[in-house]
Order: sequence, then structure tokens, then C-alpha cells
Amino acid sequence: MFKSFEPNKIFAITSKAPKYVLFLFIVVLTIGLTEALVLSPEDYKQSDAVRIMYVHVPAAWISLGIFSSLALLSVGSFVFKNKNFALIAKSLAPSGFVFNIIALVTGSIWGKPTWGTWWAWDARITSMLILALFYGMYLLAWRIYEDKEQVIKVTSLIAILGVVNIPIIKFSVDWWNTLHQPASIDILSTDIAIHTSMLIPLGIMTVAFSLFSLLIFLMKYNTELIKIKNKGLDRL
Amino acid sequence: MINEIISMNGHGAYVWSAFSFTLISFTALYFVTKLQLSKEQKKFAFKFGSLNSEKAKAARTQNINREILSNTSNI
Repeated sequence: MFKSFEPNKIFAITSKAPKYVLFLFIVVLTIGLTEALVLSPEDYKQSDAVRIMYVHVPAAWISLGIFSSLALLSVGSFVFKNKNFALIAKSLAPSGFVFNIIALVTGSIWGKPTWGTWWAWDARITSMLILALFYGMYLLAWRIYEDKEQVIKVTSLIAILGVVNIPIIKFSVDWWNTLHQPASIDILSTDIAIHTSMLIPLGIMTVAFSLFSLLIFLMKYNTELIKIKNKGLDRL
Repeated sequence: MINEIISMNGHGAYVWSAFSFTLISFTALYFVTKLQLSKEQKKFAFKFGSLNSEKAKAARTQNINREILSNTSNI
């Protein structure tokens, strides 16, 4: 079933793809930035501070999506005994971590003009900080452990434990009385409390961020494959 | 028009710092990742170059090795 996941076959595609993804990312990001900073309207309450949403929300969505993928891939590597799943997860993690940091920092910047504070220990913000700690532990484990079997076990455990935090982040604004506003877009239903004029730039920026995440993933994945091949040359 | 975009109704410092932080993070992550990739490619090319002709011939039979070498020449 997973024969098509063989690194040798994948490399032929992944080694050529980054330049096309980079080009597409620059095009979509340019359109997204023009929409977000110039064309989209200001909010009647928050004024132009609302524009921070166009970097904060996609970054938060993608960091949550990537961590969920890490957990799924970790389970996959155990169930199907395929080490390539662990390699894919390892290559996805750096961009997920950076998106998580972007979500925290831009959220903090957005908090000052809207809430009057840079930081609050409310459920949404604290659970996002915990996610960043899990990302940090995950990336650190790959650096600390030398033994391949052991590192896959440890990182999988971190990803599976950390994924418990994902629904907490998602529903924290509903379960607790938080400073953070409830979701304006609910992907589990068709409930959208945001005008099209703001939804379009948000969508474009999400596509741009996803393309950047794909670009970093491809480059990291190629690096990991070449590392394996370097070890292979040593054994010749 | 330009002044309005810069000042953002008094929120310019917040908006521009959030966008700048995002773009700086993107640029840093891209270049760090690119550096790691080219370092591994160079290491591979060096190791491949130091193989004797028999081992090099055996290594060249793998498509992935040929792909890495062709990409290394583009660095």
C-alpha cells in the first residue's frame, strides 16, 4: 500500500518541486499582502488593527494543522512500520513551530490595541503557548537522541501526547470565559461571522502560508533524504 | 494615500510590526533550511568524489544519487 512512499521514487519529484512552489508562494503572498494591507476594509470597532488577523489567524490554523499531522504520522509510523512517516513528520515540524511562534507574537501585538495588554494567561493563549512547548520538545528530541528507533518512539510519544492539546485550543474560547474572542469561522459547520471583503484576503493569506509551509517541508525532506544517502555512501 | 497606509489610523506600529515579524521569520526559516540543504548536498558531492571508480559506478546505479549530484551542480 505504501510502496509509492519510497524515498527513492519521491526524491525525483521533491527535488524539483521547491522552485515552482517558491514562485507560486511569492505570487500568492504578493496578492495576499495587497489585499490585506491596502484593499480590505478597516473594522468598525478595531479600525486598522484588524489587519493583524491576516497573519495571526492563518499562522495559528497552520500550526494546529501541522501538529495534528505530526500525531497522525506518528501513529502511522507505528501501525504501518514505515519510517518514512517519521521522516515526513520531522520535515513538517520546523515550519509548524515557526507558525506557532508567529501566532503567539502577532497575537500579542494585536492584544495591545484591542485588549490593552500584550499578554493574558487566558485559556486560548496559554494552550497555544503549551503547543509551542510541545513543538520545542519534539524538535529538541530529534537533536538529542542518536538512536533512530529511540528517537522515533520519543518524538511519536510527544506528538501523540501533544495532540490532546489541539481540541483544548479549539474549544477553549467556548469552554471558558476568555479574553480571546470566539471563532469567527467554524470549519466544523458553515457558520461564518466574517464579511466576504475580509474573508477573501484571509483565504489568500492562508493559501500563501500553506505554500510556504509546503516549500519548507520539501526542502527539509530533501535534506533528510540526502543525509540518509550520505550515510549510505559511508557504507559502500 | 501612502500616509494613510503607513499610519493605519494610529495602529501602524502594531500592524507593520506584526507583518514585519512574520516576513522576517519566513525569510530566516527559508535561508536556514536552504543552508542546511546545500550543506548536505556539498557533503554528498565531496563523499561521492572521494569514492574509487568501482564504488562510484555502483553508487551511480541509484537514481536518487544521480538526482542529488545533478542538483548539487546547480548550487
